[in-house]
Amino acid sequence: MTSIADIVAEHEHREGPLLPILHDVQKVFGHISEDAMRDIAHALNLTRAEVYGVVSFYHDFRKEAEARSVLKLCRAEACKARGVDALVPIAESQSRVKVEAIYCLGLCSVGPAALVDDQVYARLDSARLRNLLEAM
Amino acid sequence: MTVRISDDAVALACGADAVAAAFVAAGVEVERVSSWGMHWLEPLVEIDGVGYGQVSADHVASILGGTAQSIGRIEDHPFISRQNRLTFARAGKTRPTSLDDYYGSGGWLGLAQARAMGADATIETLMASGLRGRGGAGFPAGIKWRTVANAAADQKYIVCNADEGDSGTFADRMVMEGDPFMLIEGIAIAGFAVGASKGYIYIRSEYPHAIAKMETAISLSAHLIAPFVVEVRVGAGAYICGEETSLLNSLEGKRGEVRAKPPLPALEGLFGKPTVVNNVLTLAAVPWILAHGGEAYAAYGMGRSKGTMPVQLAGNVKHGGLFEVAFGITLGELVNGIGGGTASGRPVRCVQVGGPLGAYIPPAQFDLPFDYEAFAAADALIGHAGITVFDDSVDMAQMARFAMEFCAIESCGKCTPCRLGSTRGIETIDQIIAGNNVDANLALLTDLSETMKFGSLCALGGFTPYPVMSAIKHFPEDFR
Ligand SMILES: Cc1cc2nc3c(=O)[nH]c(=O)nc-3n(C[C@H](O)[C@H](O)[C@H](O)COP(=O)(O)O)c2cc1C
Ligand code: SF4
Ligand code: FES
Repeated sequence: MTSIADIVAEHEHREGPLLPILHDVQKVFGHISEDAMRDIAHALNLTRAEVYGVVSFYHDFRKEAEARSVLKLCRAEACKARGVDALVPIAESQSRVKVEAIYCLGLCSVGPAALVDDQVYARLDSARLRNLLEAM
Repeated sequence: MTVRISDDAVALACGADAVAAAFVAAGVEVERVSSWGMHWLEPLVEIDGVGYGQVSADHVASILGGTAQSIGRIEDHPFISRQNRLTFARAGKTRPTSLDDYYGSGGWLGLAQARAMGADATIETLMASGLRGRGGAGFPAGIKWRTVANAAADQKYIVCNADEGDSGTFADRMVMEGDPFMLIEGIAIAGFAVGASKGYIYIRSEYPHAIAKMETAISLSAHLIAPFVVEVRVGAGAYICGEETSLLNSLEGKRGEVRAKPPLPALEGLFGKPTVVNNVLTLAAVPWILAHGGEAYAAYGMGRSKGTMPVQLAGNVKHGGLFEVAFGITLGELVNGIGGGTASGRPVRCVQVGGPLGAYIPPAQFDLPFDYEAFAAADALIGHAGITVFDDSVDMAQMARFAMEFCAIESCGKCTPCRLGSTRGIETIDQIIAGNNVDANLALLTDLSETMKFGSLCALGGFTPYPVMSAIKHFPEDFR
């Protein structure tokens, strides 16, 4: 099992290692806990407040664990123009999958678009979104 | 027979992997190539130059049996034949991470030319091309490079801005997923020209496929650009990190707060060292310019907008995708002539050009030529050249509200007009939508917009008023 110390050791020689470390910690542990922040701060000679400040600045980083699968639904302008807002009630009619807003996936010509882990989905309509949510 | 299918994110999101698997199951060789950029046709299948659009696994038998309807030769399709593809010359034609394909299509010639002519002449070539930054501000790339080249320092950096946060844009993504060596070549040329030994590509985390392709391409080509070194860094879901000083803070491992300028990043950038920050499209244009000469590039375009722009047709548009064209084409030609109007078939109500900070433009202004100065004179923004099309079902009060909401969500928090003004803006628009004191609230919103415009440190707070006020100006009926 990879530890925080392993992750820090892998990156600490790099210029500006904090973001790569935080990404990997979140990848391995699913979130960045208070303990993890303390260990990272200690290893990089930063204060806990500094690490906390960075973690809370970026939308990607989670401070609490999320047990459910996450679907990130694009809510930006081009997907609005293609009708994503009408899909939101479908996303909200269930709670098994956590649906989060994201702003643009670069699929703006074929929206509404969504991201699940590293998989992209486009041309979503009610039926496709329902199927996708059920399959998760 | 070889079947060519794109593996870019649009193709994948539209089901290209299943189509490819079906061809393989039918015993056919499949080559995964970059996307032609005709997104409405994805998954697009190409056999001997002939295209088949919106293919699913069910169509494989009829395509192989010769009974399927084709779109004809892809290169002759008007969407392709009407373009001036310089940066996207390889789009649809090569395997993205094949060094053989890259060599075979003129790859590395720009870098060889730069090395042969020397750093100074390389910058002169860039100056002569008239290339302006494609990330939004349109600053001349040659002047930026010259500034960094002239700065004395033990260490300099090239930072490629691949944060591409604007809704309606995807050209950076297409470069990284479709032609990653070209970007690496452009960065290496920049490094050679200004005397930098290290380059970073800051890619937004929303682009997992671009990140993977760039990392593969970097490891395959490291020996070709040595001693220069390039590394990918991944963003963390903050729109503001596309702003160059915020991006530098993020690369340094800090909160992505905007820095006051001066100092310019060209003099005191990453870790305080002289740094070229350029957009993906700016750097991706460089190999062509070096290989063909600055004058050849400057022969395209109009006025002070030289060369070509990879325009991105997005939103409710019939023919969405990537259209690279010389500056000077009108907005109406792009939206209606090329884009074919809306995908829904309803009338076009407006377009937003330049992402979330760009103004909404009604069809009455569609004679506007694509030119930095012409757009600025019309209070509009070319930005990263994304055009998002809306039909007549759009509620512009909701779009104005969203502009403020987006600013509130993405504000870095450094200045009050942006941080608090955007939240006040949402509340005020909500009052207007609810029909409460509409005149007074519209006046309040106008005041608030002026405060944000003039009191914000960067264009997030400073330009959010443009979509808001243009929506009110052109579509007042939606606010009553
Ligand atoms: C809020 C904001 C967001 C920006 N986002 C991006 C972006 O995603 N990509 C980009 O290249 N430039 C972006 N810019 C512009 C950069 O600050 C900078 O001008 C650009 O990277 C310089 O490169 P260029 O001269 O090649 O365009 C943004 C600017 C602002 C104010
Ligand atoms: S305008 Fe907004 S995003 Fe820009 S520096 Fe000020 S607070 Fe930060
Ligand atoms: S706006 Fe949804 S993918 Fe770009």
